[in-house]
Amino acid sequence: MSSPSNNIAVNAPPAGKPLVTPRQLTLVFVVALALAWGFLPEFTVSVLSNIGLYALVAAGLVMLTGVGGMTSFGQAAFVGMGAYATAWICTSPTAAAWLGGAVSPALLPWAGLALGLVFTFALAWALGAVTLKLQGHYLPLCTIAWGLSLYYLFGNMEFLGGQTGITGVPPLVVAGVSLATPRALGVVIWGVLLLALWAMHNLLDSREGRAIRALKGGRLMAESMGVDTARHRIKLFVLAALLAALSGWLYAHLQRFVNPTPFNLNIGIELLFMAVVGGAGHLWGAVLGAALITLLKEKLQDVLPALLGTSGNFEVIVFGLLMLFVLQRFADGLWPTLSRLASRWVRNEAPKAAPAASKAAPAQLAQRSLPASGELLLEASDVSKRFGGLVANNAISMTLKAGEIHALIGPNGAGKSTFFNMISGVDDPSSGVVRLSGQSMATKPSRAFAALGLGRTFQHVRLLGQRSVVVNVALGAHLRAKRGWLAAMLRLDRAEEAALMAEARRQIERCGLGAHADTPAASLSLGQQRVVEIARALAGQPSVLLLDEPAAGLRHLEKRALSVLLSQLRAEGLGILVVEHDMEFVMNLADRITVLEFGTVIATGTPAEVQANPRVLEAYLGGADDELLEDAR
Amino acid sequence: MDLQIALLLGQDGIVNGAVYGLMALALVLVFSVTRVIFIPQGEFVAFGALSMAMLQAGRVPATLWLLLALAVTVLIVEFWRWKRGAVVDWASALAWCVVLPLAAAALVLLLKPTSMAGQTLTTLVLITPLGPLLYRLAYRPLADANVLMLLIVSVALHGVLVGLGLLFFGAEGSRTTAFSDARFDIGGIPVSGQSLVVVGVTLLLVIAMFLFFGRSMVGKALRATAINRVGARLSGIPTELSGDLSFALAALIGAVSGLLIAPLTTVYYDTGFLIGLKGFVAAIVGGLASYPLALVGALLVGQLEAFASFWASPFKEVLVFTLIIPVLWWRSLRSHHVEDEE
Repeated sequence: MSSPSNNIAVNAPPAGKPLVTPRQLTLVFVVALALAWGFLPEFTVSVLSNIGLYALVAAGLVMLTGVGGMTSFGQAAFVGMGAYATAWICTSPTAAAWLGGAVSPALLPWAGLALGLVFTFALAWALGAVTLKLQGHYLPLCTIAWGLSLYYLFGNMEFLGGQTGITGVPPLVVAGVSLATPRALGVVIWGVLLLALWAMHNLLDSREGRAIRALKGGRLMAESMGVDTARHRIKLFVLAALLAALSGWLYAHLQRFVNPTPFNLNIGIELLFMAVVGGAGHLWGAVLGAALITLLKEKLQDVLPALLGTSGNFEVIVFGLLMLFVLQRFADGLWPTLSRLASRWVRNEAPKAAPAASKAAPAQLAQRSLPASGELLLEASDVSKRFGGLVANNAISMTLKAGEIHALIGPNGAGKSTFFNMISGVDDPSSGVVRLSGQSMATKPSRAFAALGLGRTFQHVRLLGQRSVVVNVALGAHLRAKRGWLAAMLRLDRAEEAALMAEARRQIERCGLGAHADTPAASLSLGQQRVVEIARALAGQPSVLLLDEPAAGLRHLEKRALSVLLSQLRAEGLGILVVEHDMEFVMNLADRITVLEFGTVIATGTPAEVQANPRVLEAYLGGADDELLEDAR
Repeated sequence: MDLQIALLLGQDGIVNGAVYGLMALALVLVFSVTRVIFIPQGEFVAFGALSMAMLQAGRVPATLWLLLALAVTVLIVEFWRWKRGAVVDWASALAWCVVLPLAAAALVLLLKPTSMAGQTLTTLVLITPLGPLLYRLAYRPLADANVLMLLIVSVALHGVLVGLGLLFFGAEGSRTTAFSDARFDIGGIPVSGQSLVVVGVTLLLVIAMFLFFGRSMVGKALRATAINRVGARLSGIPTELSGDLSFALAALIGAVSGLLIAPLTTVYYDTGFLIGLKGFVAAIVGGLASYPLALVGALLVGQLEAFASFWASPFKEVLVFTLIIPVLWWRSLRSHHVEDEE
């Protein structure tokens, strides 16, 4: 497990004598914990077990909040579902009657686990489906509401024991060994926690992990790479909920009774505090945060009532203030700060791509057969877009064929960006049809365009700045591989992953950024970042390439290199549409040019024809008089 | 259920709905101007109601000490920022940190008003400056953070304020004297004067806000900020002040709501949270953007709650909060392209 390595990679100073790798450090931590476990006092073991239970939930929140850019205040309710499901099945006569003695008593907790997970899965999926298509803040608001709802439900359901709850939950029995004491069950709790952290670390270091990380940096980009963002968000939410339910199941068999109090909204909020204080972007931050908040709470519950002279839930004041302080001063939580301090002694592991590639024979990525030169790829017919009374695009018709570079130019405000949005699936035309490879694309999302072989770049660069160039480019090949979440968690995706990385490096080399493959994308110049976007689009092996101002911010030599690259791609049979302001660049490169003004096509033709067109000159030079026109000719 | 009961429940629903409507207005206002989802809105309700109760009991409301402590802290922060070269608008800083807190202290400690009107005024002067002071301490340093981060800040602040509420007011609830003891009989349905006060004041506030945003220069500036922060700044609107102002309005609305409901129901230190959340359910009906839809949502929530308390009393809260799910589902039907986050 080396999740901290990602961060250290960015911050590590080259000087100093590193002693250990994060992987070794993790191992030392686990071994030390295992060796000490038998000798720790009863109380410490019990606190550690609680920390493990909280950390399991907090790790789900780290995935949700720090990585996926969503959040939930209602995780405690999912913990409650896990706990109540097993408590009910293990104790209720009704449940016993239902199961009809088919399940032996020792196996009842496992039936409870299954029930809890199934219920949680269904509820989380339904809630996710309702909220996750909307903007990010609706989900957390919704979690507050149903976090409260579930709490009231637990307290008011007769068969769940009302406010008193359910007592007499049996201990877990595994292979004849009863796990009744915290010392025995604690081993299971920490085992589950470490396994879960390992699985999630693996998930993040995979194709699907890159897609998950892309959720946070603007969903538009992820969708254009072919990622179904709504689905990934739902899956991430369900994953966090299942971890919470698992923690609840363990909790019920640790405490041996359940009542509604520990599943209230307050606890849900505390769980989120753990994730944020620890470091919402780092899996180990969940363990750190859970430990900090749990220990602090123990202390505060002793100290505060004595200090304030009355008893009550006052630790929430301190937690809230702590939280405000952390958010204002350490927005990424304490884990990154800690690992920065430790970076003197902890060496980052070398990039793993090379050894991984040698171990597993790279799998084949999906290959697209490129269309024959001259074949019609993209066709817009009579496309109009109206925003209220404003006509941004007026009956624009345009085609893009394989093996040509078609430039779209026009003065500012001519409607180029609007048109670009419609031929890339970001927005729907008010009227008219966009066809990609002969298919009508009406109301289809951008990921459907990507699936049909359309690659694009963005006018305002959209990269995962903290991630390396190669990771960014590999995201572009998302649709060419197919291994899912489970395969990634269990490391069954290595061959495919190696192939993806190799492909990403090939495209980076080709675009001339080989030296920067392992640097964080944000540290490149703006011009280089634009080239990274082109490499990312190429990694998807597109047949249509849409470039939004690719030459902006490039230096002269870089522009020349870009021209060479684009000509080469044209020769390979790609159809390339360029929106660009740099006339020299466009005129030397394009086969055909379409000129827009006020949302209407005013000219189409070869560079020479367009240059000679009086309407174009007028649009660009503004009411050119005859003398000027003569000069131009 | 007969008509008599239905009308009584409906009346209850309207009164509650009016208060939720006020909450929803404040939440939409704060969200649209500052992008803050203001979870602690309900705390102003509880603080307002319980401060009034303490005044009526002849005691010094502990919120005064909170106000003075916050004012001093903000002054120190402003001074520190000024020392570090930040531009500080001292006029507004002094108004929120010195003038109003001193006025509140004078009202509470020196004048000790005994009339209903005097006590009401004192409560409003006590609570209103809390809004901008909290904004400056908790949110302003994070003005560029995303909505999610600001929401987490809100939840943290809610925790702090509820904890302080328990410390200040204890776990017992209070009621205050009604503004009107009148009882009417309209078509056989008893109507309390206080209910009419609630509905009347709500209507007045809604109209006042409508005029404020539609007619006054400051209101238009706030609206401009809500629509486009950069554009507003380029037109010369001091957008930092809009944060102060919207939070002050939110606190004022919260305090007024607290004064309105305290005679009708026992208010505890944590009552405000649930009231605020019901306001949220209402505000979400309007997508956190539309005032009229938020008011419609508030009436819906009020009615649902009133009738649920008759049919399925233990599940009243469950029903009200579960309403959010069909509402969100309805909203999600209307968007089929991915909404990009800011």
